[in-house]
Amino acid sequence: MSLKDVLSPFLAWKNVVQEPGTIKKPLEREGADRYRGFHQNDMETCIGCGTCEAICQNAAIDMVPVEGQETKSGDSGLRPKIDYGRCCWCGLCVDICTTGSLSMSNEFKWVDNDPEVFRFVPGAENKPWDNHEKGYRKPDNYELYPTSRVQMEELKPEDRDKSFIEIVKGYSKEQAIKEADRCVECGICIATCPAHMGIPQYIKAIRNDDMEEGLRILYETNPLPEVCGRVCTHNCETVCAMQYKGDPLSIRWLKRYIADQVPIEKYKDILGADGFEQKDKKIAIIGAGPGGLSAAYYLANLGYQIKVYEAMAEPGGMTRYGIPEYRLPYDQLDKDIQYIKDLGVEFIFNTRVGKDISMKKLHKENDAVFSATGLHLGRSTRVAGTDHSMVFQAVDLLRDVTDGKEIEVAEKVVVIGGGNVAMDIARTMARIQNQKYGKVQLILTSLETEDVMPADLEEIVESREENVVINAGWGPKDIKIENDKIKGLNVIRCLSVFDEEGRFNPKFDKDDSNFFEADQIVEAIGQGMDINYMSEDLDEELAMTERNRVKVDAFSQSSIPWLFVGGDITGGTDAITAIADGHRAAKGIDKYLNQA
Amino acid sequence: MADLKKYRDKFPDKNPDGTNIIDLESHKFIHVWQGPQHPGITGNMSLELILQGDEVMSCKTHVGYLHRGFEKLMERRKFIQCFPLVCRIAVPEPDFNEYCFAASVEELAGIKIPEYAEWMRTLILEMSRLTSFLMWLGGQSGAFGLGIIAQWSNLVRDYMLDRFEELTGGRIYRMFIIPGGVRGTLPEGFEGRMEETLKEVERAMKDIESTLFSNSIFKLRAKDLGIITPEMVEQYGVTGPNARAAGVAKDVRKDYPYLKYPELDFEVLTDTHSDAYNRVWLRFREMKMSVDLIRQILVKMPKKGDFMAKMPNMLHWKIPKGETYVRAECTRGEYGFYTVTDGSGYPRRVNVRGPSYTHAVALMEKLAIDCNIADTAGLMTSLHTYPPEIER
Repeated sequence: MSLKDVLSPFLAWKNVVQEPGTIKKPLEREGADRYRGFHQNDMETCIGCGTCEAICQNAAIDMVPVEGQETKSGDSGLRPKIDYGRCCWCGLCVDICTTGSLSMSNEFKWVDNDPEVFRFVPGAENKPWDNHEKGYRKPDNYELYPTSRVQMEELKPEDRDKSFIEIVKGYSKEQAIKEADRCVECGICIATCPAHMGIPQYIKAIRNDDMEEGLRILYETNPLPEVCGRVCTHNCETVCAMQYKGDPLSIRWLKRYIADQVPIEKYKDILGADGFEQKDKKIAIIGAGPGGLSAAYYLANLGYQIKVYEAMAEPGGMTRYGIPEYRLPYDQLDKDIQYIKDLGVEFIFNTRVGKDISMKKLHKENDAVFSATGLHLGRSTRVAGTDHSMVFQAVDLLRDVTDGKEIEVAEKVVVIGGGNVAMDIARTMARIQNQKYGKVQLILTSLETEDVMPADLEEIVESREENVVINAGWGPKDIKIENDKIKGLNVIRCLSVFDEEGRFNPKFDKDDSNFFEADQIVEAIGQGMDINYMSEDLDEELAMTERNRVKVDAFSQSSIPWLFVGGDITGGTDAITAIADGHRAAKGIDKYLNQA
Repeated sequence: MADLKKYRDKFPDKNPDGTNIIDLESHKFIHVWQGPQHPGITGNMSLELILQGDEVMSCKTHVGYLHRGFEKLMERRKFIQCFPLVCRIAVPEPDFNEYCFAASVEELAGIKIPEYAEWMRTLILEMSRLTSFLMWLGGQSGAFGLGIIAQWSNLVRDYMLDRFEELTGGRIYRMFIIPGGVRGTLPEGFEGRMEETLKEVERAMKDIESTLFSNSIFKLRAKDLGIITPEMVEQYGVTGPNARAAGVAKDVRKDYPYLKYPELDFEVLTDTHSDAYNRVWLRFREMKMSVDLIRQILVKMPKKGDFMAKMPNMLHWKIPKGETYVRAECTRGEYGFYTVTDGSGYPRRVNVRGPSYTHAVALMEKLAIDCNIADTAGLMTSLHTYPPEIER
């Protein structure tokens, strides 16, 4: 102890003349640039996926309906409501937000005497901080989930362009689990899938490596998983919440993975197919395409006696006769169908209703009829020269390829059409050209330019890899014929395909023209239906929609009570819609037959 | 002290093991509770004291006023959801929890974090150490009646919190060290503002040095208060500055190097006599070291880089079966997380080893005996205990 020890504490007095460190106006203090303050949500960007709700460890977030937000494709219509009595401002909701709509402002003062207001929907209540520039945002290069998909292994172009071997190799177990891990289980895909498949549930089954559970979930809504796992139009992937920060989930390949893993011998045990009670009612199904097969499966599970009438020699409809083998190998299609056969569904092939058997007879013999005959007639552009013998319809050629017939393939081919059917025929013919002539000389042209082409992007990319030339944005004018031989196709520039009301009404620029040299022309601009067997043979009139498709209710029931109709002839566009129609029809028929 | 002890030795009688014989029925003793609502107690715990005059004859510590069941809560939360939870285990110094938790799950999941993230973590931990010491310094001086020092140290602590705010987005619970890395990079111009703040801290510390350590009141009351002998260090599991003041050079940063500490230039500070005064002095020196370390880190760390490892989807992150113990040197000593995983998406067991558990419960009961009741608060603060981490 010294004198210094007594005196030095008095140094504290020097602070009397110093500026105080206290902020004089604390309410005006601004939070830092990264401050995690009150939440902001961009209502337009938010898709209501609810991932914020899932990660919130305080259960502070509820997804609620909000006025002005409609439920639509890819948007649940719900928005996060945050309870500031529970929130701990950790910002995990911001980090995980799939669209990046959620953020935090740097505002931290909010005074109110009503405790209820502190449970609020950010972005919907016009808060002063809604447009604050500063505040916490998820930094770049920082993700709480992998954003890029596990790449699917495919045959290299040089290994596939001469053969019909399946291109896509399928996921290994490790790859599938890794890809399944990316799912945030928002379920937006369920609403978009025409069949409303339990997508997050079967993806979860993959994560848990429980293939039996996965198969059960698949068959709840879709009895053709091998087919859909390969060629589905995967609307689910176009709305997947993962697409906003990276790639959407490979939902289709994951479905295929499950179906590929389980051998057909185990199906009956896993799906519990032996237990159902047999009923004495009979149902006829016209067409063994996806719609008919789906209806047959679900009706068989309800115990009905089913007969499926098919005009062709093999079941599958367009999935067999329209889709080339390199996309959907027949043995995989057969696997799905075999299980439906195993359930006791009777198939009658080579029997065209209306020709080999009348609709009236079907009605007499059965308690209900489901018809899903699809669109089998090719449409023509009807430009001059289309009546030439070297002008073909894509559907006819594809059917012949499946039947094993040798089709006409010239050295130089032009395919007209920008949809997946056009791609299928182009790639099929390119393969045959390769086999026959050792090179590909095939031009694909369509009204739509490449950015709005209806075909899948991967089809466009893969066709190019197989040396198909795509020259899009042209409308056919006429076919140039000299000495009764096709020389090529004259085309003019297409300015727009649809008019302002969204109707098909292409506009052309006649001055901008082009010529594609060809010996053969294939039209793939869409298909028409032939339902004369229904309309001619029946006493009652079948009601049609404005777009000239068969009119049906929510259970696929037509205006004739015992007749259920589904698939492409009611306006569907793909296999999964037909499968959904078949499932609905099965429910509808069950309801109809149990009314009496 | 020594004179007082001479009189005290005569009463009460001792048990053979040296403890006092206390007979409350004799009416020669006073039975009082200090806390849980008492400004002299660090946080929510209480001391059950038996006094003879104003001398403590026996001390029993009581905890349980702040039990929030974090360890149990974590067993029902996904790994990522535990991350905002762990920082709440030690309120004034949350980052060590975040680091230990993140490091333990990373180790179990086999994730290597980027180098930049390691530097950031080191920076955050040192900033946190300095900030925590500044708060403790206020409590320590306040406990001996020197309230003005608390005002100075808390002012500069607030400046440190400003730096935390701009770096991490949070002032008290930073929630910045996340499994897989950290949540951001250094903001632009951060080094400059940090240097200004460090200068403010040094200026305040200069004032504090002359008013606290050259203060007769503080010297009279703190010297020879609550002596921890080197033997007691092993017996009671004492770690950190409490042990180092007794001459036991224990420092996790040196003994079990983690993050970027091996690349930093620092020494384990020790003293020879662990009484309240020397413990405070040692911590004061550690604050200076911390200031120096922050400067070193800002110079040595890379200017940019990845700050987050590639992680699986956090929503269904499963960690293989395993167990680990991850430790770090916090202001009070060894901070550790014992984590057990069972292959599921949830931790099977997390045990938090906070140094306050040993310091504030067993050690305090021993050191409080024969101390003046007016000094219990100063004694307890000189052990630097945070009750929240006792009750996880």
